[in-house]
Amino acid sequence: MMFEKLAMYFQYPFVRYALIVGVLIALCSSLLGVTLVLKRFSFIGDGLSHVAFGAMSVAAVLNLTNEMLLVLPVTVISAVLLLRTGQNAKVKGDAAIAMISVGALAFGYLIMNIFAASSNLSGDVCTTLFGSTSILTLTPKEVWLCIVLSAAVVFVFVMFYNKIFAVTFDEDFSKAVGTNADGYNLLIAIVIAVIIVLAMNLVGSLLISALVIFPALSAMRLFRSFLTVTICSAVLSVVCAFSGIIISILAGTPVGSTIVAVDVAAYAVCYAAGMITGGMRK
Amino acid sequence: MALLTVRNLSLGYDSHIIAENLNFSVNKGDYLCIVGENGSGKTTLMKTLLNLREPVRGQILFGDGLKKNEIGYLPQQTAVQKDFPASVREIVLSGCQGRCGLRPFYNREEKRLSEENMARMGISEFANRCYRELSGGQQQRVLLARALCATRKALLLDEPASGLDPKVTAEMYGLIAGLNREGITIIMITHDIAAAVRYTTHILHIGAAVFCGTRDEYLESDIGKLFMMQKKGGEQ
Repeated sequence: MMFEKLAMYFQYPFVRYALIVGVLIALCSSLLGVTLVLKRFSFIGDGLSHVAFGAMSVAAVLNLTNEMLLVLPVTVISAVLLLRTGQNAKVKGDAAIAMISVGALAFGYLIMNIFAASSNLSGDVCTTLFGSTSILTLTPKEVWLCIVLSAAVVFVFVMFYNKIFAVTFDEDFSKAVGTNADGYNLLIAIVIAVIIVLAMNLVGSLLISALVIFPALSAMRLFRSFLTVTICSAVLSVVCAFSGIIISILAGTPVGSTIVAVDVAAYAVCYAAGMITGGMRK
Repeated sequence: MALLTVRNLSLGYDSHIIAENLNFSVNKGDYLCIVGENGSGKTTLMKTLLNLREPVRGQILFGDGLKKNEIGYLPQQTAVQKDFPASVREIVLSGCQGRCGLRPFYNREEKRLSEENMARMGISEFANRCYRELSGGQQQRVLLARALCATRKALLLDEPASGLDPKVTAEMYGLIAGLNREGITIIMITHDIAAAVRYTTHILHIGAAVFCGTRDEYLESDIGKLFMMQKKGGEQ
């Protein structure tokens, strides 16, 4: 019965697209999650996604045909500013993120309100924030864009894995032995921004943080080396996204929040498992 | 030529100058200890030597075939590291990052080097353990092994014994003295003037007055006598 229903849904291309894109985004967003959590930038996903939301409303008002052209550069620049000023800024990391995030959200909504392009304003806002339908309305072109960008993110991450680890663990030491730590921080910022713009399609801007940090935190409960934590968080994230999408299709729930709910459940399981194995170790 | 020569160096943040006109040189095999009050610029000096920070004025010259990025560094621990999920082996191996340049992965030679340095520091048995589960002394040894992967010539240590109990502190200083006997030049910041006097060959005192010379000269100097007395008074 359940499988028949699933098989029926899989005949529609938009369901297959949603599954492909969902799994890819989950994979990408989990990769840098460990780094962000450790650098105390858990909320950067939230902040940047609000920036992307602001940029998106400007794009909507300007009637741009391809809003990515505006959203991606604006988000990248904000990410660079946030992560660069992280160490020596007058406004410290968490406050800077809060400022940018709340500011962009307010401006986005304000602009949408003043120059309302469609009659269903709250519906539009809700869609952008919670991603309620956008993942089910993907075009083949968007799916390909997502595949290419995800491949690029995974490639960059694997190639620079050792450097990212070194820079995250100890920036001063890295600089002292001649690693271009600022360069790698910039790279991390750009990759994050790309991932967030990608992920907006899936869970909407409000729930992106969950996608970035939950798999990392769950994995950190269970494993004790950087490599195993990274792999575990990628696997967890993909499994959660996959089952979340399936559940949302079967139960008719919103995709984004279902995925996050599954992530939360996975964290609870990992927390319990970590308590048990940690207790045994001692 | 000396391994490291500092000429007329002034240190500071932005335009605020903390220490002025530092002149000293470090020769191969020296064990130099940097002492001074809190806020006298010890850590800033070390960061400037490591090229993490631009000097306000003056020059730092490297000689004897020492390259800028061939200095091993043992920084003070940061808050981030306290709950970092990383195995000891991963951390020690990251000491080889300077050798890699743009090559993405570590080669066999570098892996061998990190195993060797773990054995040297007596932490091979912890290789697969998680860094945050180790004791303070063990963590410092991990970071020392990492610094050794980055250099064969010179180590810069920033308070290597801070937060360690007396027994582990003595072990740590013993370990460092051993490395110095193997021919590695050591430059170390410490609050522990007793240890400085016991192990080092040279002392650099920065602050309101500046002194640089051998340990015996320091003990005879006014500034040295005064500082020793203050420290003893403070401890009692």
